[in-house]
Amino acid sequence: MSAPAKPQCFQELILTLQNYWADQGCVILQPFDMEMGAGTFHTATTLRALGPKPWRAAYVQPSRRPSDGRYGENPNRLQHYYQFQAILKPSPPDILDRYLGSLEAIGIDTALHDIRLVEDDWESPTLGAWGLGWEVWCDGMEITQFTYFQQVGGIEVDLVAGEITYGLERLAMYLFDKKTVYELPFNRVDSEVPLTYGDVFLQNEQEQSAYNFEHADTEMLFRHFADAEKECAGLVGKKLPLPAYEQCIKASHAFNLLDARGVISVTERQSYILRVRELAKACCEAWLVTQKKAA
Amino acid sequence: MAELLLELLSEEIPARMQARASDDLKRLVCDGLKAAGLAFAGARAFATPRRLALVVDGLAAAREDVSEEKRGPRVGAPDQAIQGFLKAAGLSSLDQAEKRDTGKGEFWFAVVTKKGGPTAAALPAIIDGAMKSLPWPKSMKWGSGTMQWVRPLQSIVALFDGKVLVGEIAPGGAMKPIAFGDLTRGHRFLSKGEIRVTGFADYAAKLKAAHVIVDAADRKKIILEGAEKLCADAQVTLKADDGLLDEVAGLVEWPVPMLGTIDAAFMDVPPEVLIVSMKTHQRYFATTTADGALANRFVVVANTAGCDGGAAIVDGNERVLRARLSDAKFFWDQDRKVRLEDRLPALKDIVFHAKLGTQAERVGRIAKLAVEIAGHVPGADLGLVEQAALLCKADLVTGMVGEFPELQGIIGRYYALSEELPVSVADAIGDHYTPAGPNDRCPSAPVSIAVALADKLDALASFWSIGEKPTGSRDPFALRRAALGIIRIVVENRIRLPLQKFFKAEDLLAFFAERLKVQMREKGVRHDVVDAVLALGHEDDLVRLLARVEALQVFLGSEAGRNLLTGYGRAANIVRAEEKKDKALAAKIAGTPDTALLEQVEEKDVALALADVERGLAPALAAEDFAGAMAAFAGLRGPIDAFFDKVTVNVAGSPELRLNRLKLLNQIRATMDAVADFSKIEG
Repeated sequence: MSAPAKPQCFQELILTLQNYWADQGCVILQPFDMEMGAGTFHTATTLRALGPKPWRAAYVQPSRRPSDGRYGENPNRLQHYYQFQAILKPSPPDILDRYLGSLEAIGIDTALHDIRLVEDDWESPTLGAWGLGWEVWCDGMEITQFTYFQQVGGIEVDLVAGEITYGLERLAMYLFDKKTVYELPFNRVDSEVPLTYGDVFLQNEQEQSAYNFEHADTEMLFRHFADAEKECAGLVGKKLPLPAYEQCIKASHAFNLLDARGVISVTERQSYILRVRELAKACCEAWLVTQKKAA
Repeated sequence: MAELLLELLSEEIPARMQARASDDLKRLVCDGLKAAGLAFAGARAFATPRRLALVVDGLAAAREDVSEEKRGPRVGAPDQAIQGFLKAAGLSSLDQAEKRDTGKGEFWFAVVTKKGGPTAAALPAIIDGAMKSLPWPKSMKWGSGTMQWVRPLQSIVALFDGKVLVGEIAPGGAMKPIAFGDLTRGHRFLSKGEIRVTGFADYAAKLKAAHVIVDAADRKKIILEGAEKLCADAQVTLKADDGLLDEVAGLVEWPVPMLGTIDAAFMDVPPEVLIVSMKTHQRYFATTTADGALANRFVVVANTAGCDGGAAIVDGNERVLRARLSDAKFFWDQDRKVRLEDRLPALKDIVFHAKLGTQAERVGRIAKLAVEIAGHVPGADLGLVEQAALLCKADLVTGMVGEFPELQGIIGRYYALSEELPVSVADAIGDHYTPAGPNDRCPSAPVSIAVALADKLDALASFWSIGEKPTGSRDPFALRRAALGIIRIVVENRIRLPLQKFFKAEDLLAFFAERLKVQMREKGVRHDVVDAVLALGHEDDLVRLLARVEALQVFLGSEAGRNLLTGYGRAANIVRAEEKKDKALAAKIAGTPDTALLEQVEEKDVALALADVERGLAPALAAEDFAGAMAAFAGLRGPIDAFFDKVTVNVAGSPELRLNRLKLLNQIRATMDAVADFSKIEG
């Protein structure tokens, strides 16, 4: 079989990574159908990282960070962007070689470029999770976060998952030599209807930024937070970790929106983060019970 | 004599941990060798981003039997003690032990012989032990394993005398053990396949051929020489940065310095911003022009030369820097649209500390304090001091400081200058966090001094008021640094500041005294001399305090001083001893003795000398001429010596006379203690 062609546009970057990680034995999942801050929040990572069962998955996750919105005016900051995530549990001994293979697949020639692994320990206060790893630099630019999970939900993992997270927009800007995300070719430039990233998402960035910063109903969001928190706790009690965890995701996103609206003070902020962490912890503990039972 | 070669290959080790880890490996293996009775000539350790390597030279191929004696309990001791002894010595019964008379009775002795044998047989356990106790600052497990290492461990080279040692490290779980071998790998990208090595010389040479420079010192040399040559060719000068050099040498196995260019569009952004952005985010070296200004070239150290000669790498790094600096330039342009003064309301939304209110409240306190302090700082214009103090934290709400927190103050100064505020105000904003350490610059301009002192005094007083005092190694709010900063500013600028006026808490002054003592000790001042002055209790003017310390130190260094100290000691000892017997004595012997009751000529001489000293002392103290005050004391020495030769203090049968003489001795003590508490001086 001839080597697959290098990706020419944003969607081909995604397709190439999907095919590559499918070949590595990952299940290719679709995005989680809820608003979340990062691909790590997907149950395929947070919950699956716990328990004695091996797991391999790869997926794109639209990630929402309301306070990063810039009304479409900043060339590389977005309140909605894509992460591509691969998770391999337990981490195979050659996981780094496999990852470097993915760079070759998307057209980064490691003989031409300077690839380096620079210490970067990862921690998510809201998920009570941490791991050690690197940010991967290509000619000085961070193109990937690589983490060996050590704890999730405050629980030490049984098998260590290797988590590989590509920031797709940034990577694409590098590959396709664009100064602004909005000029990225979403499909091929020689398509019948060529579309840029801006064609697809600029209006969304403008409107969502206005919503995040100006219009989100804060009273309603406080209510949503409290409701989700209550529902989550109730579902944990009923030993239903998956629906409980969805409520935890909801609470987390409500908190992010409230934070963007600037209605949470510095001191309150910490207590909200702790409340979400408590939910995540409870969900993880409940999940672990189901996994150990099944094993 | 033979060589031990050890290499632990892993995934990328954080740069900051490498040097320490290779040292630890050397120490632990050497300790293990010594404990096993294995002598060696020397050991060298190396680290690269992917490996720790150790070579031990001059090890014997075999070691002799070593016999060791262990003394046990007394013969006839309880059975429990005997059993414990047998167990510890590895004996099955007392038949294997011997009785020996030590002169203090008969004891059991065990002679334990450690069998010698080939060194190679002892080494695996030593390596295993060293790896298990190597203290990584942060370690992790991987795969299904349980072993902790800094990052996943991949292979181990363990050769003794050119032969592979028999051993392995088991990461645990379902993972295959990592057997000791003679195979390693070269550069991650510039070398393919495994490399067989036979010893250290072979190892270093083959790795070099495989694009790995094993010794960090060699990598640093390559970086520095290469960077300096690039700079010379471009007619710029490399900005030396040892910390950055250490870090960069830990990020590459095959260093290749390359020269990049900063886009001209960014050269009007403050140089501090460019430097921080290049250094902390990108690990680039900055360069300067002939006149010392920041040049538009930077040095990046790649881990490969690049198959196109590095053009793509330089181009990529320039693009990344452009993106980073566009952010910085955006902030620089945007931030200057809002005056610092107009940013002040936003400080109300920033909590300084939950119990200490907002930054706006803190600024209010600093401004009030700064104006009070300014009264003690010659040449400080009150209006300018207040203006600078009110604006000193305004840059905390700028985009630039949000992005580069380490530039707080410095950025405020630039914005103040671009608003054309008075230069002294701008400088005070820029200086007010200094000095941040013993080697940091210390403010010297009057307005800067007042604001910098206020910033630190407020921090100390505020955290003290809520009970957040530093304890042991815990000092989360850097209060020790604040106190040392105050000491430096006050002393170096000779500011006459009555500290007591600004501190309500008693123990805060004590905390200061403690900092001062530490600082003086580092400068070689006797701690008891500092204690003697501090014991005065009322001395809160650091300049005067140090003048006292200095004069006292000089005085005590002279023969007259030492002799007088002896006289003082005798006087004080007698009074103290009598005071112990009679609790009411202290009140009875206060004040000057009754001249009518002075009988002997030696008594009268002491009284006269004391009167002389006191006459001279008051003006000397008022003029802060402590050397003069000390010199006045010198006249006391002769009369006091004569007094102790001829006069009996506790004279029998005459309580009045006794009391008067104690009064005289007490007066010697009181007079001298006006300058410093001489009782604190150690012999």
